Amino acid sequence: MSTFVYMTRCDGCGHCVDICPSDIMHIDENIRRAKNIEPNFCWECYACVKACPNHAIDVRGYADFAPMGHSVRVRREEEKGTISWKIKFRNGTEKNFVSPITTKPWGKFIPKLAEVAKPNQAEINSQILYSEPKGLNINGELPTIPKESFKKGVYY
Amino acid sequence: MIGINPFSILSEIVSPIAMQGFILVMVILIVSGTIIQMIIHKNITYFFNNAKKAKLAATREISAGEKISIIAKTVVYDIGTTAELGFGKRRLAHVLGMYGTILFWISSVILIFCYTGAEKTSSLTWSTLWHVGAILTCIGGYWFWLFLRVDVFSEAHPWYRIIKADLFVLALLACATFGLAWSYTQYNGLTTLSFLFLTLFVVSNLILFGGVYWSKFAHMFYKPGAAIQKNLAEADGSRDNLPPPADAPEQFGLGIKREQPKHY
Repeated sequence: MSTFVYMTRCDGCGHCVDICPSDIMHIDENIRRAKNIEPNFCWECYACVKACPNHAIDVRGYADFAPMGHSVRVRREEEKGTISWKIKFRNGTEKNFVSPITTKPWGKFIPKLAEVAKPNQAEINSQILYSEPKGLNINGELPTIPKESFKKGVYY
Repeated sequence: MIGINPFSILSEIVSPIAMQGFILVMVILIVSGTIIQMIIHKNITYFFNNAKKAKLAATREISAGEKISIIAKTVVYDIGTTAELGFGKRRLAHVLGMYGTILFWISSVILIFCYTGAEKTSSLTWSTLWHVGAILTCIGGYWFWLFLRVDVFSEAHPWYRIIKADLFVLALLACATFGLAWSYTQYNGLTTLSFLFLTLFVVSNLILFGGVYWSKFAHMFYKPGAAIQKNLAEADGSRDNLPPPADAPEQFGLGIKREQPKHY
């Protein structure tokens, strides 16, 4: 899937250009509106869709994956702190979800890795990531699921 | 200088009929450029197809009265104050440029058709409005072009990089700037400079109105239509497939404030 821009809604504000992690949202030189310059490189993170204040960006599903008029659209309301999703299936079913905005301000909460002690070999080999277990808000080892608790017929 | 009709002084050497003819030619260029653009770019076809789709997805019927009220609100608020630009410098610059240009064009037409000629009276009000319109256009336009346009503001391109999308704004700025320079030099009796600026004023008008097909000129016709369609779609429940505004639980609290798109 990749993003595309409704030209009638876009006002060329640059929020999608600013936020795109792939740097593929750019400004068109002919009409000064946003466009996806490289749809193949879009990883559908929806950052630009959520950032667009005019709801001008949508995501087009590949025909084999999401044919016949499905739609996933989002409305971000900063003053309420909400992101609402409307998922429309190709058979007409609709699902609506509301989530809180959890975005952090730009440039904040960036770990200062240069100031931290270098990891030793054991830590590098460990499955625990840099921010774990503190980042997961747990103490000690990562939680595991005992094999015996799996349903019968699931083997690893 | 601000209270003097520059076209009245010009009428000593250029016939008012020729000036009126020039305005009519400009109007014809706008209409033909927009129609050709609509046919080739299929803007209107897209617009009506979208409206049909929205009508099919509507969840409620809007009465004629409600429709008129939505259109009136859109014209006054969304279009009259360019609400889609949010609150900030871009909107202020656009409003200055938009109203400046409207004043500049309307007062040009009125000055040429009603107050220019041997037996015509002068109008302090319209002459002042012509100059004020040109000054507002310059303030809004240069502010936008030098600092606020998105390729400079968000993409970090230098201000002197000119692209095709600048055709409209630069031609408009050239019209207002050369118009003011011509009025000033003509008023002060600087004949050579006044002819130079008059020529540049005429050329920039020809580029602005003759380049409608290639420039963003017609956005002033499309954007109001798009704003009306957007608000009608919100009211009839189709909302271009967007979810309805959230009925937020209290614990969600305030989201972070949107930052300026300038993190290049």
